[in-house]
Amino acid sequence: MRRADGDTVIAGFIPLLDSALLVTAAERGFAAREGVTLKLVRETSWANIRDRIAIGHFDVAHMLAPMPIAASLEITSLAVPMLVPMTLGLGGNAITVSNILWQRMCDHGAPRDGDPAGTARALKGVISASGGSAPLRFGVVHPFSGHAYELRYWLAAAGIDPDRDVEITVLPPPLMADALAADRLDGYCVGEPWNTAAVLAGTGRIVTTKAAIWPKSPEKVLGVTRKWAASNSDLLAALIRALAGAATWCADPQNHRELAELLSGPDYLDCPAEYCRPALSGELLLSRDEPLSRPDFLSFAGQAALSPQPAHALWFYSQMLRWGQVTHSAEREAVVRATYRPDLLEAATGVRAEAASLTFFDGVGFDPDAVADYAAAFPVRA
Amino acid sequence: MREQLAILVIDTNRIRSSIIEQGLRDAGHERVIVVDGMDGLVRKITEIDPDVIVIDLENPNRDQLEHIFQVSRAVRRPIAMFVDRSEAGAIEAAVDAGVSAYVVDGLKRERVKPILDMAISRFNAFNRLSQELEAARNELAERKTIERAKGILMRNRGIGEDEAYRLLRKTAMNQGRRIIEVAEGLVISAGLLEKRDEA
Repeated sequence: MRRADGDTVIAGFIPLLDSALLVTAAERGFAAREGVTLKLVRETSWANIRDRIAIGHFDVAHMLAPMPIAASLEITSLAVPMLVPMTLGLGGNAITVSNILWQRMCDHGAPRDGDPAGTARALKGVISASGGSAPLRFGVVHPFSGHAYELRYWLAAAGIDPDRDVEITVLPPPLMADALAADRLDGYCVGEPWNTAAVLAGTGRIVTTKAAIWPKSPEKVLGVTRKWAASNSDLLAALIRALAGAATWCADPQNHRELAELLSGPDYLDCPAEYCRPALSGELLLSRDEPLSRPDFLSFAGQAALSPQPAHALWFYSQMLRWGQVTHSAEREAVVRATYRPDLLEAATGVRAEAASLTFFDGVGFDPDAVADYAAAFPVRA
Repeated sequence: MREQLAILVIDTNRIRSSIIEQGLRDAGHERVIVVDGMDGLVRKITEIDPDVIVIDLENPNRDQLEHIFQVSRAVRRPIAMFVDRSEAGAIEAAVDAGVSAYVVDGLKRERVKPILDMAISRFNAFNRLSQELEAARNELAERKTIERAKGILMRNRGIGEDEAYRLLRKTAMNQGRRIIEVAEGLVISAGLLEKRDEA
């Protein structure tokens, strides 16, 4: 028996472009069509999202893809076992550096097309040439985030040790561009629109993208506690259908203008609508006068964008091992595998998982069945 | 008697943080430090070496704070209060009030619990006061709107103040609405009409 308010789902979100599915489902009738009353609550930190879903204030939440894994592994505070029944978007992040650092990278032969191998090599050149002077400081949004692992992967591929050769700090996404302008950061990895914000302000230059570092990779996911999923399976299935419907709408280029207006509104991102357009259209601006077409920059719809892949969860786990956030055990690996649940998406929508994208820009292959060996084989690791 | 606990309060709202600070001092805590920003926080945490850290949940810098705890080797590593989930009620009370706390590992629960309880009750008191203030502001605004509506009726119909109020009340009763709703409608429509007259 459902309670009187049994059709209500309370969802926490952080104001970022990839909250689009939740916002659209609530604002454009996709949730109502599935009989779901979707209430969105904007949050100011991932720590709040984590705490409020753990104590049951939120039924579901917009979460960084590694967060539910960290919670299930109990390596975060207020850890509760969680599930990921669907992905909320692929890609959407970029690495941006200050104008001064970009100049120095150009002096070391940085390519201008956002190629990750070339820009990382140029950064290595800058760091080697600077000798022992103050380390460059980079920002990410959270220790358990795609941003942290992508930035570290990019740095380490060029032989830069992220824990010794640079300093990595944590900042809220909307503050990144200001921190760059104020010379408190030299660069950062963050989701859109906060790279474009620095580009349009003329204070930063995008050097590479998540889509180039790890093509078609998950960024945010729908997080739900195992407990809530078990006692609300019908409601969760209806919510998944609503979000899948919203994903199709969000992916249609005809709707991008409207989506940019919607997301930039005061209840959501509260920023100029022009900040939102480059990521939605895939027509990026690396600097004010350097456009780059990257149609796969951010994807919302299709099997690959919706289905949470256990192999991707294992890659995040491999990076937790690599950087010393957790030690390996067979039990932990099993917990990670069981956190991402493509079967829940398939049962609700019929969308089946396809082969996971496991290709990285440096050509190093990832075998999800040999995760500990993979993590231990990196020359740069904690 | 052991040495007093050092308590760091991080709150972007200075009024609220001063209420917390006063509460802690009243409870006999003398080593209380209040900061409203994250500038130089690593250095401050190293200097102060706090036993307990209280932070408001609206603060966008919680993720940064937790990161500082994780990576800083100079300070004793604080952990989130209530890591064992036996005190679910206390966690909820804290989140409901909008406050979170971290304590250095190994500190006895009995020494810390009263500090968090105080923070929760002061946060709740502050929330209540804010709501009352908001309500008072609204009430004042409502009263002004009704005054304006009465003025419009008095001008347009050539009636006295009491009669204007009776007319508002009668219209509200007939339409099953609140007086303020009728008054707002009247003020808005009068504004539109005035503009049209001017045009």
